[in-house]
Amino acid sequence: MFNAEVFQITILSLQISALATGLSLFIGLPLGTWLALGKFPGRSFLLSMVNTGMGLPPVVVGLFVAMMLWRSGPLGNLQLIYTPAAIIIAQVVISFPVVTGLTAAALQALDPRLILQLYGLGASQMQMIWMLWKEARLPLLAALMAGFGSVISEVGASMMVGGNIRYQTRVLTTAIVLETGKGNFDVAIALGLLLLTITFLVNWALTWIQQRSARR
Amino acid sequence: MKRFALLFTFLLALSLLASACAPVTPVTSTAPENPNIILATTTSTQDSGLLDVLVPLFEEQSGYAVQTIAVGTGAALAMGQEGNADVLLVHAPAAELPLMESGDCKDRFLVMHNDFAIVGPASDPAGIRGKTTATEALALIAESEATFISRGDDSGTNKKERALWTDTDYSPNDTKPAWYVESGQGMGNTLMIASEKAAYTMTDRATFLANQENLDLEILVEGDEVLLNVYHVMTVNPEKSNAINYTGALAFANFLIDPATQDVIREFGVEKFGQPLFFPDADKTDADLGL
Repeated sequence: MFNAEVFQITILSLQISALATGLSLFIGLPLGTWLALGKFPGRSFLLSMVNTGMGLPPVVVGLFVAMMLWRSGPLGNLQLIYTPAAIIIAQVVISFPVVTGLTAAALQALDPRLILQLYGLGASQMQMIWMLWKEARLPLLAALMAGFGSVISEVGASMMVGGNIRYQTRVLTTAIVLETGKGNFDVAIALGLLLLTITFLVNWALTWIQQRSARR
Repeated sequence: MKRFALLFTFLLALSLLASACAPVTPVTSTAPENPNIILATTTSTQDSGLLDVLVPLFEEQSGYAVQTIAVGTGAALAMGQEGNADVLLVHAPAAELPLMESGDCKDRFLVMHNDFAIVGPASDPAGIRGKTTATEALALIAESEATFISRGDDSGTNKKERALWTDTDYSPNDTKPAWYVESGQGMGNTLMIASEKAAYTMTDRATFLANQENLDLEILVEGDEVLLNVYHVMTVNPEKSNAINYTGALAFANFLIDPATQDVIREFGVEKFGQPLFFPDADKTDADLGL
């Protein structure tokens, strides 16, 4: 059963979730930094919103994104529904609050005197943020892993906005749902083990980077 | 703020890029102008494997690329109503007709049928084995208060089951007695639940045969005319939205009722299950099937 189609499904799952996690980092890292360090009214309200977003049910995100992207929806003209791009959008919505929230928590856990010290040494704002990111690299990598974990394992949104179309939007999780529905439990379990193995390998690589930098 | 505007643009560009990377439509000499069509259909056609045979055949012959969305018939009909699909392959005749009358759908052709059966544990606590009508069997189940699993998901199968109860003196769908369990899931999962709970349920034959080896259930009542499960193909009215690919939808509908395709439907599953799963009906009328 480990044929070309399973290979294609696996690669697609990895591509979609990696791209979604990358985009989440792109949004979540600056946003989380801003929320952690900024001083402005409504900051704790925004942080609460982000922390709530960490628990967004994927199926609700899926429904919301689908309603936007359907032909009858406001973004229907883009013709993105039932494409990999639609899954990526939904997965970004799911994982960027995770990355944002954990980034904010990681930076707020740093000693506040560090910022004063960096400014005292004449660091510019960009240099200061860069130093803080380096200092908090362990929890930041953990944020990345949590973001990836939340999307590679997610099925509700992928099913709804991707449609589980063979060769186009069928990913590992939706394939497992399909095979279970067909009564092919052996195939479903094999795909499940494959998914676990891949998640493990990705996290192993990230943990290796994390621990290597911890020893420095 | 500028940084966020930049981020947003980047995100949009990336998503467009990703959609451009989507698999390229097979190009044939007769490549149609708009090659993408969205087919909304029921889980039973996908779970039985029939679409895995028919869709590639159609794509090869016509040059269209079909995006198959397998949902319950209720959801498939709603997708047609909202113009979110181009063509529907569904099995709930009573719910299909209003869409034709309202002009939501344009064409409707009879494609095929298979049949429903009432299945249950071999011990058969309600004693329905061998009854010739579904009404009689359901009444016995209700009288003995044996557990019955309903799909409860507004699918074609669920609509059919609810219609059957209206012919009995019982209406568990309204009174919700404890023995009437709604699973809210697809046919495959519902059969598993029935098997684990040693309960009765109503299933289409194709899904039952595909799952049979995992189930402690037997077919107890079959062959009643009201248990026919009739599939129609419907094209969505192109006047609803510019995005609707009516030409493609009609091509797919005509493909399904083509005599060569009908032969493929007749042969499907014979090799694996020793009996056909679907019976082609394009040369018949609704009246022939008692609709």
